[in-house]
Amino acid sequence: MEINKDLIAASSTPIVLSILTEGDSYGYAILKRVRELSGGRMEWTDGMLYPVLHRLERNGHVKARWDVAEGGRRRKYYRITAGGRGQLAEEHRQWQAVDATLRGIWGAIAIPVAGSHLASGAPLPQGA
Amino acid sequence: MPTPDQARSLEEQIGQWRSYLGRRQAIQPVDVAELEDHLREQIATLADAGLSTDEAFLVAVKRMGDLDAVSREFAREHSERLWKQLVLSTSDAAEPRGASRTDAVVAICLAVAAAVAVKLPAFFGIPLGDANAGFYARNASFFVLPLLVGYFAWKRQLGPRTLRWLALPFGAAVILANAPPFVPGGKIEVLTALHLPIALWLAVGVAYAGVRWREVAGRMDFIRFSGELFIYYVLIALGGGVLTGFMAAIFKAIGIDIEPFFQSWLLPCGAAGAVLIASWLVEAKKSVIENMAPVLTRVFTPLFAALLLAFLATLVFTGRGVDIERNALIAFDGLLMVVLGLLLYSVSARDFRSPPGAFDVLQVVLVVSALLADAVALWAIAARISEFGFTPNRVAALGENVILLVNLAGSALLYIRFLRGRGSFARLERWQTDYLPVYAAWAAIVVIVFPFVFGYG
Repeated sequence: MEINKDLIAASSTPIVLSILTEGDSYGYAILKRVRELSGGRMEWTDGMLYPVLHRLERNGHVKARWDVAEGGRRRKYYRITAGGRGQLAEEHRQWQAVDATLRGIWGAIAIPVAGSHLASGAPLPQGA
Repeated sequence: MPTPDQARSLEEQIGQWRSYLGRRQAIQPVDVAELEDHLREQIATLADAGLSTDEAFLVAVKRMGDLDAVSREFAREHSERLWKQLVLSTSDAAEPRGASRTDAVVAICLAVAAAVAVKLPAFFGIPLGDANAGFYARNASFFVLPLLVGYFAWKRQLGPRTLRWLALPFGAAVILANAPPFVPGGKIEVLTALHLPIALWLAVGVAYAGVRWREVAGRMDFIRFSGELFIYYVLIALGGGVLTGFMAAIFKAIGIDIEPFFQSWLLPCGAAGAVLIASWLVEAKKSVIENMAPVLTRVFTPLFAALLLAFLATLVFTGRGVDIERNALIAFDGLLMVVLGLLLYSVSARDFRSPPGAFDVLQVVLVVSALLADAVALWAIAARISEFGFTPNRVAALGENVILLVNLAGSALLYIRFLRGRGSFARLERWQTDYLPVYAAWAAIVVIVFPFVFGYG
């Protein structure tokens, strides 16, 4: 299924920050984790992750470093900073407010659209 | 497991992909490395899952996403990269940064040396002021140009033999500027002050181009350098003006007049030091920022062509005679100089391989109309030259006019041949770069020969 672009863009920051809270990681592994977590439902275009990471780096939410991966290739690892954890807490609060609002109204009405994930009422990625 | 053949073709494919990505301005080499790491891991994972390397490569590239869209995202995140920045130490490697820092230190030291040189005569009893205006005008080049030559001698690591040759014109020029009994404020003194820097600029060029002075490309680089230096110098001067304006205003508020300080320190020292600083900036930025001179050329070539065509058309339709007054020759010299500059800097920026285009036609129109306008003016001057008399100023201006006229006529000829497919553009470049010594030679003649012919008045 397709998740619309705005939703992907809006959720990318909390998702990436949450994954980095699990431990330092790099682009490919982050994408793999997103795929696992969403059960393949969130398909990001690979290249699009990097501008997001760079934005987080510029805002001081993550710190990047180059390291040598197995196989001798140089790889750029990202680590969440204290500022990033603060940002994640803030995003978490906001997403929960949105989530609670949607749950509230969706509990009261019947949604005529088919699709198990929408009907389950939890399409939104949760923060940490 | 991929065979060696497959591995080689995969490396080639990745190499192509890398260079394709690297051409995008918003994506820098460090990002390419990051994305390449991603691509390689993706390919490895897919190959493990049973795909051939070719298939794995295609899938991995597809998953990376549309490169236009990705680079747009990069551009949005890194918009500063779309503006080429003059950062004097951009490289990650330690060595070039060290070199550029040394460069900066040397340039700043030389700028300070130039500022000190300007003040040096004052310690020997020749203070800057109206009484010694002639001395300073004649010697202005010596405060700056030897240091500039020194800078390039250091940068290009010129040998002692070249340096001795370069010292020669400067030594001769010092004598020519100071030994003769000039009449203060006289015409010959003014002519010497104006022409000495032009002659010595050639020595700067030899130092700038180093061993490449004998090549067309080396001299062309010197032409580019001169144009950019001029533009940078003007910009620095404007900035200096703003600085001084504020300085005067805020010190005036506490009752201090900076005028004496400005006139005897800030202006002369700043003007001398700025030449060195501007030269260093032009050297440092040449590959980083678009050259300005060709950009200005693009803007003003059509405008000047339109101006000259309008002038010629008016001349023909109204039948007005050219009413030549005494200084008209200098005005037309100035016009030819501007046209030559426009020609020179569009030649310097043009790729000699590209075929003739509309801008080339415009260039020829500009040059030919300038030649016609100048011919009309020369005709009118020739008719009255005996009436005006052969003063040194007029002979100098006439000589310059002839030199520029010959240059532009030759350029027009070569350009038209190029447009008609009978000659190469490189021929025009060679003509322009070969012509450089002619300007210096004429300037030297004015400095050396004119005093003998016209006296020192």
